[in-house]
Amino acid sequence: MEAKTIRFIRSGELVSLTNVPPDRTLLEVLREDLGCTGTKEGCGEGDCGACTVVLGEAEQGQLRFRAINSCIRLAHSIDGMALWTVEDLAAADGTLHPAQQAMVQCHGSQCGFCTPGFVMSLFGMYENHVCKGERITRELAQEELSGNLCRCTGYRPILDAAQQMAELPPMRVDEAAVLHQLDALAAERSAPRGSGYMAPRTLGELVALRAAHPDAQLVAGCTDVGLWVTKMHMQFAKVLDVTQVAELKRVERYDNHIAIGAAVTLTDAFAALVQDRPQLHTFAARFAGLPVRNSGTLGGNVANGSPIGDSMPLLIALGAHIVLMSPRGHREMPLEQFYTGYRKNLLEPDEVLAWIKVPRPCADEQLRAYKISKRYDDDISAVCLAVRLAVQDGVVQHVSIGAGGVAATPVRAAKTEVALRGQPWSLQTVQQATAALRSEFQPISDMRASSAYRREVLGNLLQRFWLESQGMQQINLENFKLVEATA
Amino acid sequence: MNAPEKFIAKSTPKPATGASHFHESARAQVAGAATYIDDIPEVKGTLHAAPILSNVAHGRLMGVDVREAESMPGVRAVILARDIPGDPILATFVHDEPIFAIDKVEFIGQVVGVVVADTVMHARRAARKVKLDIDPLPAILDPREAVRKKSFVLNPVVVRRGEPEQGIASAPHRLQGSLDVGGQEHFYLEGQVGYALPLEQGQWWIYSSTQHPGEIQHWVAHALGLPSSAVTVECRRMGGGFGGKETQSGHIAVWAALAAHKLRRPVKLRLDRDDDFMVTGKRHPFAYDWDVGFDDSGLITGLRLEMAANCGFSADLSGPVADRAVFHADNAYFLSDVEITSYRCKTNTQSHTAFRGFGGPQGMIVTEAILGDIARHLGLDPLDVRRRNLYGTTERNVTHYQMQVEDNILEPLLARLEQTSAYRERRAQIAAWNAKSPVIKRGLALTPVKFGISFTATFFNQAGALVHVYTDGSVQVNHGGTEMGQGLNTKVAQIVADELGLPFERERVRVTAADTSKVPNASATAASSGTDLNGRAAQYAARQVRERLAQFVAEKQNCKPEQVIFDHGQVSSPTAVMSWEQLVDDAYHARVQLWSDGFYKTPKIHYDKHTLTGRPFYYFSYGAACTEVAIDTLTGESRVLKVDILHDVGTSINPAIDIGQIEGGFIQGMGWLTTEQLVWNDKGYLATHAPSTYKIPATGDVPEHFKIELWPEPNREDNVGGSKAVGEPPFMLAISVWEALRDAASAARGGKPVHMLAPATAENVLKAIQA
Repeated sequence: MEAKTIRFIRSGELVSLTNVPPDRTLLEVLREDLGCTGTKEGCGEGDCGACTVVLGEAEQGQLRFRAINSCIRLAHSIDGMALWTVEDLAAADGTLHPAQQAMVQCHGSQCGFCTPGFVMSLFGMYENHVCKGERITRELAQEELSGNLCRCTGYRPILDAAQQMAELPPMRVDEAAVLHQLDALAAERSAPRGSGYMAPRTLGELVALRAAHPDAQLVAGCTDVGLWVTKMHMQFAKVLDVTQVAELKRVERYDNHIAIGAAVTLTDAFAALVQDRPQLHTFAARFAGLPVRNSGTLGGNVANGSPIGDSMPLLIALGAHIVLMSPRGHREMPLEQFYTGYRKNLLEPDEVLAWIKVPRPCADEQLRAYKISKRYDDDISAVCLAVRLAVQDGVVQHVSIGAGGVAATPVRAAKTEVALRGQPWSLQTVQQATAALRSEFQPISDMRASSAYRREVLGNLLQRFWLESQGMQQINLENFKLVEATA
Repeated sequence: MNAPEKFIAKSTPKPATGASHFHESARAQVAGAATYIDDIPEVKGTLHAAPILSNVAHGRLMGVDVREAESMPGVRAVILARDIPGDPILATFVHDEPIFAIDKVEFIGQVVGVVVADTVMHARRAARKVKLDIDPLPAILDPREAVRKKSFVLNPVVVRRGEPEQGIASAPHRLQGSLDVGGQEHFYLEGQVGYALPLEQGQWWIYSSTQHPGEIQHWVAHALGLPSSAVTVECRRMGGGFGGKETQSGHIAVWAALAAHKLRRPVKLRLDRDDDFMVTGKRHPFAYDWDVGFDDSGLITGLRLEMAANCGFSADLSGPVADRAVFHADNAYFLSDVEITSYRCKTNTQSHTAFRGFGGPQGMIVTEAILGDIARHLGLDPLDVRRRNLYGTTERNVTHYQMQVEDNILEPLLARLEQTSAYRERRAQIAAWNAKSPVIKRGLALTPVKFGISFTATFFNQAGALVHVYTDGSVQVNHGGTEMGQGLNTKVAQIVADELGLPFERERVRVTAADTSKVPNASATAASSGTDLNGRAAQYAARQVRERLAQFVAEKQNCKPEQVIFDHGQVSSPTAVMSWEQLVDDAYHARVQLWSDGFYKTPKIHYDKHTLTGRPFYYFSYGAACTEVAIDTLTGESRVLKVDILHDVGTSINPAIDIGQIEGGFIQGMGWLTTEQLVWNDKGYLATHAPSTYKIPATGDVPEHFKIELWPEPNREDNVGGSKAVGEPPFMLAISVWEALRDAASAARGGKPVHMLAPATAENVLKAIQA
């Protein structure tokens, strides 16, 4: 299959690659085609971060830096961007970048195999925070490095390095020069042809290409489809990438809702949700690791429809709607109605998911999203529960509950809602709702948790919601702080 | 030549050892310039292999249909057992493991053969198209079932002292219990990889990411039917080992070599991460039953302990691992009357193998659990019960395997940590806090570690090294150890720099790749012994070069050799001083040998492998950790809040590296006991076979308060630089996490006993609270 040329900027140079198959990963291109072996493969599924590289894109006249996993990113998706790998940071005279020098000085590398990935995540932090004059706190370092695994150090020296790199002599990317080069690349862009890797720039193009090529694999950030390639060995002659569609890269704010385009990364989508509902910050930061959030999209998470995808229980609780588009027009539906079975949904072969519409918070809204997983960060839920509730005059006026990990699809806990709606907001009501929630689903037992545990904890999370609604503090490890002074 | 007064007037520079020099590869690592096996530029014509895995846990292998695989794009050959020119059984100690499955399969993931193709993905795709005809047989998946059915890879071992039955029967208190502790995947970030290159005249070059190049050499030669001298194995560095590349890297190298042999082409085999999980062995899961008698103070008067190690389908290193579990069941405590029965269970899973601690953690955790239970039974503070049972210094100081504990620092070490961690105050604060906290409960535990240093197989405790001084004065060191991130090469370079009186800066001393053609017959870099053995061997090699140079100076300057001082790159006699470079140049022209070998064998040790008695260890490394946790009684979720560690590394050769080992070992141990859960389903399929489902600690798991202090005393035995081994002992400090979680669970149960499975996942913690 003929594939178009991939062109990107690396170390100030234009790199131009031809005949790259549409399903070839960026890591394969780096290591095997370009012989740049500094970037490592640790797992091939975006969970360890050894393959982290940084992409640069022009956004509103600024250069936006994103650390991503190259092992599950399709190489064609970086066409028109700037790329940095661990080999690109040091100065020509060998002077290390602060991200690198801090790692040396803090003894942040032992076996060194995860190190290139950490260095690139640190480089992303350097550009996004240090260069903007923002201090890197311990919490920020932990959040932004949670997608990088190290098996040797115990992380303390790496977290130290993250906090200390600002103290080293600065070394900055010449953003203006890179932007200039990206502009030049954009100007030379040709319209996508109907073969190989198709990355349309407009919604119209996308809809037309989808209708014309229902056999093409639709991808966004590829953080799940990438695994179909690396782990399931699937091959795609045609790929249709939604992430360059200008209309779908936007978050639009309206009075009553925000509309999140299907190409908006999880990082940006969660930022938009957190802007309206700050209590979601931790939940957002616990969604995978930063490199996955920087590549994956909220639309992809929703369209992929995994029963343990973390965004859907939240979106269901928020009353989100989705908008599907095709040459036949568009249709809108509540998210929970989209799913018809395990990884099955209502998307027609000529349709694409275009928007996710999320209502703005109302004044008396109480909202919590809970996630239970083996590991605090960068893990998939055994159970996820999101509860949105409004109480007026002591009576539950509105309630919507989304649950994950309990059925073949993300679901709405409709029976539990019935047990709550119109009832006095009291312990007794909550206990009845807890019983309803525990019996509403028949979750499976698997490597993440047993069925019995999932049911039990679902109910207990509703108890937690009740206790939090009563103003009780220090009952959730997510925000638990040791306050007492000890020696 | 400068006047000697000038030299004496100089301030004495600090020696290289004792300083926190950066890892010798750090600059290369952060720049992506450090080369791992898969980064080595490929020789033209290199092919790639991928394994064909059994999908049945136990069965007769009736046939292998390779037709579809062979017809796939890029495929060059399928290599099976029939293609092995030498012995089809791997050259392991027990000789019980086929290279490729022959007429039966014994676990899901057992390798039946490899597919060789022009690219990695072509090989991997085709490997899944090989059809195995397997007639299933009943599988044993649980060690307790294996004990019942007497399914063993090696015979049970019993170590006994005194009269445990009487000690239990006559005790005022008696408890019986059981415990199950899960295994652990190594999750070295660099997966298993080997690259086999056929050379001229029947010789071979093998690149292997391995802790034991000598074993790779032996295995490859054996499989190819060649003498060891025909095979050279090189490893510059590993991207992590942790015991997982002690034997398991051998399989990969042998498979690559067999493919290369058949095709007469270089063949590389790099396991996909999921295959790595499915194929290679892990830390042994253990199951225990115990019966203990004790007095009112918690002193153990009799203990009977049965330990069943889940060894998987073959022996591999299970014998010595299970032995070490027996040796460390005492941890820091004198067991006057004790019987330990150790079962080495054969099950239909991966063949479990070495992993940091090597049975030590599995030996210690059960005794720590028993002591925690005793304390709760008696209503005593667990720390008091632990201290009550510690080894003495003049009496109560002989282990159950008849070794006298001569270097015991347990009591002062625990006393110090108790004080620096404010254990007693926090115990009271936590109790008061828990009384008022309905959902979150906090827990605290302070546990010790005493870990025996030396390979229990005495003959492994030997090492060799080469020190080469070139005519420009630069120095190359080669030794039999391997670098896996632990900083061995950095420490060895520091030791050699000091021995030659050279400043450490500017890479005057370089350590080169482990290479079987340089130092032969080297033991695995394992058992925490890398620096003790190889550092000493390198020191001896350097010393011989220095002594030859001193002799040369003495003859020229008419003084005694011991009057020649090597310091900071200068060499001085009573009458002259010259630069190291000048001396080396002069010596070369005077035909002085500027290189030497060095050899070291650990003194004092001996051990009877039949009775498990003797002095298997040269010395003990000690440490203790005080850990505070919080648990959520609604969900079982937990967090480690505070950790204070006091650890004994003797006189540290490199404090930053040692602290790195302590922190890294602790966090890895914490993972073993909290989030790292291996789940095999009822068919024997490992369901957690990738980082998406198997969760090692991440940045968010690091406790906010994480303080390490080093015990300020040199090794009481004569060891290199006064140091102590550090690789494994800190791993077991994490038992304090598990005990703290049990303490918190007990608080949630109103002080009642706690039976908690390890790892303490949220589900297991909730179960323990509600049981």
